[in-house]
Amino acid sequence: MLVPILKHGDYLIASVQSSLTDEQLMKLLDSLVVKVANVRAKGVIVDVTILDIMDSFATRILRDMAHMIKLRGAPTVVVGIQPDVALAMVQLGLSLGDINTALDLEEGISLLNEYNGS
Amino acid sequence: MPNSLGDYIERNSSEKTFKVSSDKDVVKIREYARDVADDIGFSNNDRTLIATAVSEICRNIIEYAKYGKISIEYLNKNSKRGILITAKDSGPGISDINMALKDGYSSGRGMGVGLPGTKRIMDDFIIESKPDNGTKITMCKWVTT
Repeated sequence: MLVPILKHGDYLIASVQSSLTDEQLMKLLDSLVVKVANVRAKGVIVDVTILDIMDSFATRILRDMAHMIKLRGAPTVVVGIQPDVALAMVQLGLSLGDINTALDLEEGISLLNEYNGS
Repeated sequence: MPNSLGDYIERNSSEKTFKVSSDKDVVKIREYARDVADDIGFSNNDRTLIATAVSEICRNIIEYAKYGKISIEYLNKNSKRGILITAKDSGPGISDINMALKDGYSSGRGMGVGLPGTKRIMDDFIIESKPDNGTKITMCKWVTT
C-alpha cells in the first residue's frame, strides 16, 4: 500500500511513502475520511516527509482532506514538509490555509495532544 | 525569446518534448525537469522550484486545454548554464494576460497561483496567447553561482 494508515492511540497516522498520483491522493483522502469515523479518531497526522513536490493540486487536496476530516470531528496536522518544498510553496504563493502543520511526527502528536487537552 | 537569452546563445540539441494530457504525465515531466536541473547544476532549492513550476504549467494545460506539449532544453550562454521550458497548447487561450498574471486570480478551479507564481520563480517568462488560438509559455532559469 502506498500510504499505510496506522492507528496510534486515538490518532491516525498516514505516512506518504512515495510520490503520489492524483488518483492515489484522492484515494488517501477517501480512506482517511472513512477511517476517522471507524476508529473514532481524535486526530489525524499526514506525514509528507517523502513528498519532494507540493504543487497547487496537492495543496488543494490536503486542504480539502483537512476540512472533510474536521467535519467528521477531528483535527488534521500535516508534518514533514521539507525545507525546499516549503520554499517553493511560499514562492509560488501556495497556502495550506488553516491546516495545522508541525515539523515532524513527534511534534504533530504533541500538537494533537494539546488540542485534546492532555 | 526571453531577454536573458540575448542573441548569442548556444541551444543544446538536447531538447526533449512531452505530451501533457493526464496527471501521470505531470509527474513524469516534472521529475524529468528535476533531473535535468540536477544535471545542469542547480541547487536543491532551485531544482524543487523548477519542478514545481513545471508541474503548475502542466496542470494549467490539462485544466484549460486538456492537451498540450512541454519541451525541456539545456541552455548555454558564455559560461552560464540554464534550463529552458516551453509549453504549448491549442486551447482556449488567455483573453486577459495581465489579469492572468495577478496573484489570486483564477478562471478555473485553481488557487490562482500557477502563472504569477511560476513567473516569480523563473528568471524569464513570456506568455503568448490569443483567445481560441492557444497559449505558448517560454520560460528559463539560470544557475547562479
